[in-house]
Amino acid sequence: MYTEEVMKHFRNPLNMGKLEDASGVGKVGNIVCGDVMWLYIKVVKNSEGKEIIDDIKWQTFGCVAAIATSSVVSEIARGKTIEEAIALSNEDIVRKLKGLPPIKIHCSLLAVDALHEAIYDYLKKHNRPIPEKLEQKHQKILKDMAEIEARYKDFIDLEKKIGNSR
Amino acid sequence: MIYFDNAATTRMRPEVIKAMMPFFDKSYGNASSLHDLGQNARAALEASRESIAKILSVEPNEIIFCSCATEANNLALKGLAFEAKKEGKNHLIVSKIEHHCVLNAAEWLEQNGFDVTYLPVDSYGFVDLGKLENSINDKTFLVSVMYANNEIGTIEPIKEIAEICAAKGVPLHTDAVQAFGKIPVETKGISMMALSAHKIYGPKGVGLLMKRSDIKLEPLLHGGGHEFNLRSGTENVAGIVGFAKALELALKEMPKESKRQKEMRDEIIKRVLEIPETRLNGHPKIRLPNNANFSFRYVEGESIIMKLNEHNIAASTGSACSSPKLEPSHVLLALGLPPSDAHGSLRISLGRYNKKREVDYFCKVLPGIIDELRSISPFWKAKR
Repeated sequence: MYTEEVMKHFRNPLNMGKLEDASGVGKVGNIVCGDVMWLYIKVVKNSEGKEIIDDIKWQTFGCVAAIATSSVVSEIARGKTIEEAIALSNEDIVRKLKGLPPIKIHCSLLAVDALHEAIYDYLKKHNRPIPEKLEQKHQKILKDMAEIEARYKDFIDLEKKIGNSR
Repeated sequence: MIYFDNAATTRMRPEVIKAMMPFFDKSYGNASSLHDLGQNARAALEASRESIAKILSVEPNEIIFCSCATEANNLALKGLAFEAKKEGKNHLIVSKIEHHCVLNAAEWLEQNGFDVTYLPVDSYGFVDLGKLENSINDKTFLVSVMYANNEIGTIEPIKEIAEICAAKGVPLHTDAVQAFGKIPVETKGISMMALSAHKIYGPKGVGLLMKRSDIKLEPLLHGGGHEFNLRSGTENVAGIVGFAKALELALKEMPKESKRQKEMRDEIIKRVLEIPETRLNGHPKIRLPNNANFSFRYVEGESIIMKLNEHNIAASTGSACSSPKLEPSHVLLALGLPPSDAHGSLRISLGRYNKKREVDYFCKVLPGIIDELRSISPFWKAKR
């Protein structure tokens, strides 16, 4: 069901782990749905004075597609300017992976969301203006998250209860 | 490939293949034809029916062959529902952990005007007998509870369930697909039972419904009136012959095989539970001898399966990502598992071809896979 490119990233994921000195962190997905991505970026100015994503790492709980899309988004975004990174879409990820099964397309959306949320976090922390597209996306992610939490309240409470008892 | 997915399907036995072969190219007649070719096929078909009936301690006319257990379960539920409706009965009881072919048939009946009670189970997967007793009313036409669960291997208290049903005068249907050939299966007190050939080293494409003669069903397929007018369609003679052979052989080797597989299963359970934050799903003892089901917190099941596949080990999961609905297995949810456990499940189902050294290899490889996946999981790091 997966392309060889997906399996390559699943076998040897790139840039996995945590950035201790991250400039921004994006946390998306919900354990209820079985996919969670945390993405860390380190932003620096390049020789032309432009802000670029100098380093990027991620931690993912999820299926083969979730891991492969995390790996690919980190590969594509590394070295990109903030503007270029904001312009990335899930189609760029799917293309790079030479396709994803239809039911796994949401993983590629999630990976781009994680990147955009990390950029949002960086801009917000530095009191910088947020581009409208990014703000809209951020609001949508919050709304979706609230919907999921309402819909699966009992299931999430179960997690908290068990988590606390361990 | 190390095949630990015998609950999904099994490798056919050579004896079964051999028994089937003549019915593809020699005795290939239609069992309804009058000439010798047809009558030879008919004789083989009826001999198979008799042999299976004997094994199940029922009459030959209580065996209805069909294409698979999904069909058998659909025939049991819908066939009886349509018949019961004529007598004003419209209530069906099923457990929450039935196979999808029972659950979705029940849901379809619900959408079409029938009342359905979905019986809860406890944390091991045992059906709540008190709830069962209280749920039966004068409109109840059928109780359907599986003999043993396909995912977690829990063996249901079918004898007690049969007693409750008998006391209330309600027929009991059981999906015994996973149980047959692994544990002794009693038909006493059971009105209907579904079995499948491909789970016991027989061919795919053939199943049966055992149905007591006092139970009347509406057929789902109308046609030439085959199978006592309950399942029209030219009989799959080769498949049925193979089914009978597979049943006979499975039963013969069951005492030895179930003991051998149970030892391997217990070895797997012991060693896998040494991995931190791992739980065994289902009951530790009252489970199928070939089934082990685990949840590994903070890793996702599909990833485990694909990593095992890289090591040439075939197993399965009840994780959301393995289903089109993107929701974890209804069985694990019914046990009351939290999301982090429900998504990280692994089912190992052993079979007659598995060897101890395969168990050893699996137990050596698995901890590294779980470690690797946990090392990239945000929750695992956050816990440390």
